[in-house]
Amino acid sequence: MIEILSVTGPASVQDLGRFDQYRFGVGTSGAMDDVALRAGNILLGNDENAAGIEIPMLPFKLSFGRDRAFALTGAGVEAEIAGRSIPPWWRSYARAGDVLTIKAMSHGARCYLTVGGGIDVPIVLGSRSTQFRGEFGGLHGRPLQPGDILPCAASTATIGELGIEPADLTLARANASTDETIVRVVIAGEYDGFDGPTQALFWRSSWKITPQSNRYGYRLQGPAVKPRVPIEKRSHGIVPGVIQIPPNGQPIIQMRDAQTSGGYPKIATVIRADLWRVGQARLGGKLRFEQTAYTDALAAEAEMSAYLDRLRTNVRLVEEIRACR
Amino acid sequence: MTTPDRPRISLLGTSALLFEAPGAFDLPHQRRIWSLAATASAWPGIREAIPGITNLMLTFETPPRELKTLITALNDGWDEAEGIAIGGREIKLPVTYGGEIGSSLKSVADHCGLSVDDVVSIHAAPLYTVFALGSHPGYCYLGGMDPRITMPRRQTPLQRSAGGSVSIGGSQTGVSASPGPSGWHAIGHTDWTFFDPSWPTPAALVPGDIIRFEIERVIR
Repeated sequence: MIEILSVTGPASVQDLGRFDQYRFGVGTSGAMDDVALRAGNILLGNDENAAGIEIPMLPFKLSFGRDRAFALTGAGVEAEIAGRSIPPWWRSYARAGDVLTIKAMSHGARCYLTVGGGIDVPIVLGSRSTQFRGEFGGLHGRPLQPGDILPCAASTATIGELGIEPADLTLARANASTDETIVRVVIAGEYDGFDGPTQALFWRSSWKITPQSNRYGYRLQGPAVKPRVPIEKRSHGIVPGVIQIPPNGQPIIQMRDAQTSGGYPKIATVIRADLWRVGQARLGGKLRFEQTAYTDALAAEAEMSAYLDRLRTNVRLVEEIRACR
Repeated sequence: MTTPDRPRISLLGTSALLFEAPGAFDLPHQRRIWSLAATASAWPGIREAIPGITNLMLTFETPPRELKTLITALNDGWDEAEGIAIGGREIKLPVTYGGEIGSSLKSVADHCGLSVDDVVSIHAAPLYTVFALGSHPGYCYLGGMDPRITMPRRQTPLQRSAGGSVSIGGSQTGVSASPGPSGWHAIGHTDWTFFDPSWPTPAALVPGDIIRFEIERVIR
């Protein structure tokens, strides 16, 4: 088990999400950066859907009750285990009683702590992810607090330290810059309801990520993008990544804790292969949209899967070499 | 562009697809949606078929390589869909109209050119049918609202609206099952429990159930 010693923001237990409960109004929840969570689990030899802790604000401190392998992935962080510095995208080993301190975030917005075996909170409606709105899943359906004790499942993870290539380097976009996140989107149902110049404005603008952005949605600020005539849709299902345009013309990207349905016009949807980039975009930062075709979006997903496959193969090879020694 | 009497089918990225039926927001159309949902949920590669208000979202287990087959199946499925009449239960929901939670009661009345009492009696008069669940755990979209109390959704959604809020959004009405953000206008509230993850079926109501709002109190 691990004990939370100090928390700064709304840290929570998340796995990949709850994907088959939409018909009861239950959204996906799950890691905002699913690539980082998967990578951490791969490093530890866990099931990729094992639950970890999503940490959006630092500092964060916890102690390990038993010897256990763990990894930090996602945002670039400065961290120490028992006073010894450890890099992100790295598997380390804690002794019983060791304190892990995650001090500062140099880039990115969310850090993931995964542990050998995974965080073993009860599975509720098919997932361990925290459902904030419904107040279930995770630990008592709420953000973590100091003093919380999290059980961990049994683990076969080995002791050796090991690093992997961070997703933001391997999957970097050619046209990306440090101060602007570029995400690919597929146009959605109401795109044609916006005239040509407004569509161009949507693509051209560098959108500011407002402080009202969180796991529910990223609220963006920029020039008003409004349809030719106001559009009121009958309520329909939506998924994380959908970009809604409320009447004020300021886009909202639906994220993991978003409602499962809505009625504001949808201009586009962030593709699954890029949604983690939104999850790692910082408040106050800039975001730009790039139009992509459905088939190219599938190709981007294949690229993401290939990265994870490569990690899996590399981790396995290292373990085999160590076992031979 | 699609012709107005044909369904509209659009992508929600690579995770899902949205089918919007042509025609009115009424029970016969919704019954065909329930029927299409039952059919489509058995198709290969489909994770869930989720009815909305005269529309249907299909989420993908794996995104299809090409979409043509699925689009054709949806169009054909809609043409063949016979409305299913679900024999729902009738549930009485006591509602306190107005007050702190239902603070938009007056603005809905002003917008519609009606008195507060008119809005309450018009809202509580019909038997509503649960058309679909969505938004948040246990929330029900209801069909049957009188169009005289229609009010467009908010310009900017509220960050937090109370659990149990009875609200109007466009020509729809519903009751929130828990506190959270909302773009609708709350005109009252109820204390009923709509969702519990420990129940065998976590949501208390299912599409086809009938709701009657009982005026418990009106705070003017």
